Amino acid sequence: MSVQDFEILFHEIDRPGLASLAVYRDLGGYSMLKRALTEMDPAEVLAELQASGVRGRGGAGFAMGKKASFLPKGDMDKYLVCNADESEPGTFKDRELMQKTPHTLIEGLAISAYAVGANRAYIYIRGEYELQAGILEDALIEAKAAGYLGDRIFGSDFSLELWVHRGAGAYICGEETALLDSLEGKRGNPRLKPPFPAINGLYGGPTLINNVETLMNAPYILRMGGAEFAKIGTETSTGTKVVSVSGCVRRPGNYEVVLGTPSRYIIEELAGGPPEGRSVKAWFPGGSSAPVLPGTDEMLDLPYDFDALAKAGSMLGSGAIIVIDDSIPIVDVALKTAKFYRHESCGKCTPCREGTNWTVKMLERVETGEATPMDLDIMASVCEAIMGNCLCVLGDAMAMPIGSMIKHFRAEFEAHIEAARERNGLGVSIPDLMNRGDHAGPEPLLEPVGAGAH
Amino acid sequence: MATVRRFDHGSRVPGWDQSVDLSKDPAVVPDPASTPVPEDLRVKIEDAVRRYPDVRSASIPALHVAQDHHGWCSPTAIEQAACVMRLTPAYLASVATFYDMFETVPKGEHTVYVCTNISCSLRGGDQIYEAMLSAGGDDPSFNIRSFECLGACDIAPMASVNGTYVGPLSEADCQTIVEDLKAGRTPLDAKQIRHRLKATSLSAEGAPAVGGVDVASGPSASGNDTAGDKDM
Repeated sequence: MSVQDFEILFHEIDRPGLASLAVYRDLGGYSMLKRALTEMDPAEVLAELQASGVRGRGGAGFAMGKKASFLPKGDMDKYLVCNADESEPGTFKDRELMQKTPHTLIEGLAISAYAVGANRAYIYIRGEYELQAGILEDALIEAKAAGYLGDRIFGSDFSLELWVHRGAGAYICGEETALLDSLEGKRGNPRLKPPFPAINGLYGGPTLINNVETLMNAPYILRMGGAEFAKIGTETSTGTKVVSVSGCVRRPGNYEVVLGTPSRYIIEELAGGPPEGRSVKAWFPGGSSAPVLPGTDEMLDLPYDFDALAKAGSMLGSGAIIVIDDSIPIVDVALKTAKFYRHESCGKCTPCREGTNWTVKMLERVETGEATPMDLDIMASVCEAIMGNCLCVLGDAMAMPIGSMIKHFRAEFEAHIEAARERNGLGVSIPDLMNRGDHAGPEPLLEPVGAGAH
Repeated sequence: MATVRRFDHGSRVPGWDQSVDLSKDPAVVPDPASTPVPEDLRVKIEDAVRRYPDVRSASIPALHVAQDHHGWCSPTAIEQAACVMRLTPAYLASVATFYDMFETVPKGEHTVYVCTNISCSLRGGDQIYEAMLSAGGDDPSFNIRSFECLGACDIAPMASVNGTYVGPLSEADCQTIVEDLKAGRTPLDAKQIRHRLKATSLSAEGAPAVGGVDVASGPSASGNDTAGDKDM
């Protein structure tokens, strides 16, 4: 067994009938919930979660145990919300997990709710996941009938009400405060932070929000023990990660790997790499919001964990690798990406609402050849003006990949502009710097190559 | 310089003058005595309301129910939901207009969302959308939309047909989907996501080729070389 083949969540995932309570229980299901409720007090469960070092699998990568510890003690109404609004382009891990093993999520939710003292929990699942929402509803009914949810579970003092809440198609509702607004029945607009949801969240109460995959790890953390779980993976990125690989690879799909596995192994061995005769030109390491990395050996050899990717200038995000091969023009990818964020911007903050719109317009100019290389610098400056200036990071999530594409592939953008200008009879936009003949215009305002790079 | 396209009323925004009628008073919470609500609609909405401490939280579930019943979020549908929830129709309309899945104009009964986001378009999603439009775009019973990432990039290019995920699609599949829906069958049964095993269980030959549009057959579920022998 090589270290890369170590699976936790995916170990038994295709066992027939795993979505039913009977099969799940045969595999030891709900025994960890029982142990937590009958043998441990909430502080002990919380300590195990903290000791495991497990970091949020939804995008931000914040330590789950630490976030849970921010919730105030006391007997006010507290809430646990499972973020199953998986809308990040390229991400489809939660879909497979919820569809095949819904009871793992319910058990993980119940354990986490016990640790923080939440008595009401919601699974906010994106509206498009009709099949998965139905499977979760059925699993909830089974779990309630068996006494794993409801009043005084396993004879303890702990009660938990759990409901599935279907969204209706809005990427922004994956952002935790927009999700809370949407769950409260409003338009999904993000809230100002602080106060953070751990203090003032759903209905004004302390709220813990975690991703599906994060919560699903909870039963396994208790089974192994937090300290033992922390030995998997790297020192700061513990455990395994379900990585969704898509785009130009031969075998797209979800692969569970130990954090710290070389990225090349995931892309080339597990997913089969790009098709015959093509090579990796660029890749999104963590969904479409992550800055793209070029397909160089140095980048492909990066260990796939939170810190190594951050150090390389990108992020692990939701753990979705989108591979772009050398047959795909990077301008097309940039335009697709920008259009997505323009569509999904909720419109609350001006830099994001306007910035995404103008970036799309400028990229369309690049496509048609109406742009000049100066537009690339303007685009980079627009991206800079969005970063950190909005209530949530949706605008940043467009600015980061677009900025990184311009940075790594500026020459291709310029060549694309030139080719399109020539096709449309618009003339040359970059004067030949080495040989400025009679046709040379004024000096370019900015040095074309490298200007505007971060 | 391209001229700015304007509508008849002079604005670049369609329907800006239709949203309010200043001669009317704003709609209030509908009166149950004069608002007939179908019984099953009322039961489902009341059931949803019970799940939350605040009635407004049931807005999205109630709108789903109303849309399923009426085919779209019509003024009648919104009024009926508002009547059961004791909210103003304007409140529910503000919610309905935010979310992509709520239709604020009448549409065909068969909903087909074709994913044209990054991962699907890298494998031919845009061509599938075109093919889908030419297969069923003229039929008023179809509501074909290009949609943002539906979270199924492993079966790219894919579509959600009346809520059922199918893929990887070829252009020929689009015609089959239209025929299946017209005949009342479940669409493309062999390519539905519920059949799909985890990626490491799929044989290398069964995996779809890149380019998507020329893929003839879906991933085979026969290969089982690595599953089951993993140690936890």
